[in-house]
Parts: sequence; structure tokens; C-alpha cells
Amino acid sequence: MAKVFIYPSTSLILSDLVARFGHRPLSAALQIRERIQTPGLESPPLQITPEEPKKGLKYAAVEVPSGVRGRMSLYGPMIEDAEAAVIVNDADFAFGCMGCARTNELIKFLIRKRKIPVLELNYPKNEDEGQEFVAAIHEFLKSLGSGE
Amino acid sequence: MTRVRIAQLSCGPEYSGVQKEIEEAAASVDAEIFFPDIKLADIRKGFDEFGLDVRSPDLKLAIARARALVEGRVEADAVFIATCFRCAEAAIVRNELRRYIHENSLLPVVSYSFTERTTAGTLLTRMEALTTIARRRALLAREVQEGLTMGVDSGSSTTKAVVMQDNRIIGTGWLPTTGVLQSAHDVIELAVKEAGVKREDIEAVGTTGYGRFLVGENIGAQLIQEELTVNSKGAVYLADTQRGASTVIDIGGMDNKAITVQDGIPGTFTMGGICAGASGRFLEMTAKRLGVDITELGPLAMKGISKQVPMNSYCIVFGTQSLVNALAAGSLPEDVAAAACHSVAEQVFEQQLQEVDIKEPVIMVGGTSLIQGLVRAMSDLLQTEIVVPHHSQYIGAVGSALLASGFIKGD
Repeated sequence: MAKVFIYPSTSLILSDLVARFGHRPLSAALQIRERIQTPGLESPPLQITPEEPKKGLKYAAVEVPSGVRGRMSLYGPMIEDAEAAVIVNDADFAFGCMGCARTNELIKFLIRKRKIPVLELNYPKNEDEGQEFVAAIHEFLKSLGSGE
Repeated sequence: MTRVRIAQLSCGPEYSGVQKEIEEAAASVDAEIFFPDIKLADIRKGFDEFGLDVRSPDLKLAIARARALVEGRVEADAVFIATCFRCAEAAIVRNELRRYIHENSLLPVVSYSFTERTTAGTLLTRMEALTTIARRRALLAREVQEGLTMGVDSGSSTTKAVVMQDNRIIGTGWLPTTGVLQSAHDVIELAVKEAGVKREDIEAVGTTGYGRFLVGENIGAQLIQEELTVNSKGAVYLADTQRGASTVIDIGGMDNKAITVQDGIPGTFTMGGICAGASGRFLEMTAKRLGVDITELGPLAMKGISKQVPMNSYCIVFGTQSLVNALAAGSLPEDVAAAACHSVAEQVFEQQLQEVDIKEPVIMVGGTSLIQGLVRAMSDLLQTEIVVPHHSQYIGAVGSALLASGFIKGD
């Protein structure tokens, strides 16, 4: 079982696909579940406090907007932990959406820099492309080794 | 109206850890922050039709939400636009949305760029102004002072009091702020004495400025209101421009305000307070370093040529360094005074006036409006004649006294 970072990280469909093929998806849901289950009501609902943008300094310098650094404090550790990644570009909002374009550019760059197996593909525009899309993800996940 | 509903259009506050601060600031003025609900299809449509091709989905959502507010599909009393400080894409969206909402609706709107250090306290005056405009539109429409009223402006540098009777100023008091309450009591005594009235005969009192709550509660004020709405009201009243559009600029000791006003009611406003190099405090320091009284700085600056001295620092420390260097290099005091005025005016122009749409007449108020060199520098930058009304240094106190008369009969 490989730990597979998904982009968009909020995509439940992508997360489900990775899990179905026996791997562990690293997604926003994972980080957010951990946060909202942490006791305390410091900054609901995400429990992100001004400390998170400071933790994000590991991934982006202080002149980078706080929203980017706060997001990176969530996604950065997952990128470091990932053994593979699936990146879907130009996805429809309904498929999964990540709010900040600058953060998204940085996330994709950091994944590519890791030199781990990465499948990068565009969001399908019709049914035929949709089938090819799922098949390509299937193939990629299979190549990562057998799931449990 | 009880609880004011403020629609939030934003990108990043929840990830910067400041969403809670925004909500706290709103709650402290009995307002509620909400995110306008819209359908997925409306996001695409709203964003496409607006025509600003941004990449960040949260900004696309903000655009679509703004359209829903303007078109009346979502109801709100006011709008708060917030994006990350230093994000260029967000800054463009923030400005364009503020302008779009202002031009196409009656909703009061304020925009703010936050960092992870933004606190509820920083946002309080802005939120209070938003709710005042939404809640007290009828009071803000008041154009005439009636009865015998008093206004007290407890500012960061100075405390002012004005007694008004039947639409005339009959007494004033002005002192540097030392102890907040003591300074207030002292200026009240001065104003009451000059007016020749008894304190107990005053029918209604209003307070504004940083110390408004403390002073207001202590002296039993009927009206305690933030300085954004009070000062703009006082400015158009004194400048006799209560009808139509105008722009009010108030460069204060600790922060600066730029407010566009329509028929006496603020539309959009900015309030800056991060960099002291762009505040009245820097001019105070300049006067001190030049060995002149602050009242002499203006006439001195009028004799000087600002271009002779390089000075344009955001920071009061670096600004003072430029000042010291210039004097050490043999620059004339009048040129240094002119450069200091130009530096403050330029930074207010660059940092704040770009966020409001300047509409003439431009009215400068507050203590710094008496520094002629500063008014001239601002006039040069804006390429327009600037109006400085009489009693401009008492603007908050006048605005408070004017609005307080709405409370005489328990209005």
C-alpha cells in the first residue's frame, strides 16, 4: 500500500479511487478530520490558528501571503509523506477545488520536486475521456504495487 | 434593525487563523458574519459575467457572491471584503469588488487585507462603522444641529470638545491626550466655559475617537460612535457639502482615514494604521527634530521645496533617519519640513487613496489639516483644490455634537 497524495486534495472521487485500489489517499479530508477532532475550540471549524501560517514558513517565505502559508502547513507535511501522487489539472469545481491559485502552484511544484511517481492528467471533458481518465488512474495505482 | 448581517467575501482568512477574529469583531458590535450561499452553477455564471479572469477559485467564489448580493439574490446589510496582505491577485479582486458593490448597490462596504497577526481589535472600528451605516442611516442623514449639545473626540494624540447650540459652535476645548478621562474632563471644562453654559444644561452628548467607550460611559453620553462615520458627517457639515458626493481625508496621530461620502453617508472607506511614517505622528517628530512647534511646521513647509530632500519611508524610524541625514548634509529646515509633508501625503495617496474612488470636493480634516504644507502636498498629488473647513481640528467633536442632537428627544 502506497501513500498517494491527490490533487485537488479536496476531491472525494479521487480519494475514493485511490482507496478502492488499495492505497492510502493523502487528502484534505485527512488533515481536516484530524483538526476538527482535536479537542479545543480555538478557531473553529478548521482549528487553524495564527500558528499555522508560521508553521507554513517551512514551505514559503514570510513575504508569501498568510493564506498560502496556512494552507501549506496542512498540505506540506502530506507532500513530504507521499510516496506517489495523482494530479488532475483544470478540474471542475464539483470534482474538487482548492481555493488559492498560488498555493496550488506551489503544491504541484513541491510534488514534482520530490521525484516520486506522479500521474498528471487533465480533467476529462466527455464520457470517452472519462473512461480513459479512470483507466489511467487505475493503471498508475496498479503500478505502485499491490494494495492490501 | 437589531442584528446587522454582514456578508463576507474573502480568500484566505480561515487558513490564516483570523476568521475567528473577524467574527469576534462583528459580534462585539452586535453583528453577524455570514457567507452568501450560492449554487455551483451561479459561481461559474457570476464569475464569467463579471469578466475578471482570476485563477484562484476562492476569488471566483467571492466574485460570484458579490454578484448575488448586488442582484439581490442574497440579502445583507453590509459587506466585508477580506483577502491576504501581499497577494496581488486578491488585491485586484478586492478593489474591483468594492468598487462594483459601491457603484451598483447601497450596501456599505469595507475591504481589508489581513495577515496572521490581524486581531479583532484592529477590525473593530471598521466593523462598527459598517454597522453604524446599516443601523443608523436615519441618524446619519441629520443635517442640522438642534438644541444644546456637546461632542467629545478622545483621539490618540489630542482630545477635543465642542459645545453647539442651534447649529452654531459656541465653545471649544483642545488638549493633548494624557490621561484619557482627565483630558476629556479638562477639554469639556474649557468648551463649557467658552460657551458660557452650564454642564447640566447640555441636552445630549456624543463621544468618538479611541477613548469613546471609556469617556462615553464616564460622562453618560447618549451617543458613542466610531470616528469614521462621525468624522465624515462632521466634515461635510462644516464644509457645507452635505448633499452629493465628496471625499474626506483625515490623517490622524495613529491612523489615517479616507472616506467617500454620498449625501452625508459614508460609502466606502479605508483606515490605515500599520506604518507610522504615514501618520501625523511623523510630522510631530519632524517638528520636534526641527525645533519648531507643530503649529509652525505648516508655514515652514510652505517655504520649502520637497524635492530637495529624499524622504518617502513607510516607517517612522527610517523616515526620521532620512530627516537626520538630510539635516546633517546641510539641507534647509524648510525643505526638510516640505519633504516630510510630501512623504506623509504620498504614502496616504499610495496606500489608501487608491482604495477609494476620489470624488470632489476633497475635504481634509483633523489636526493635521492645519499643517498647510501637508494640504498643499496632498493637493499637488490629487491635482485638485482641497477644502479645509473651519474648526477642522474639531471634526470628530463637531460630528458627535451634531449627531447627538438626534438624541435630545430620545430619537
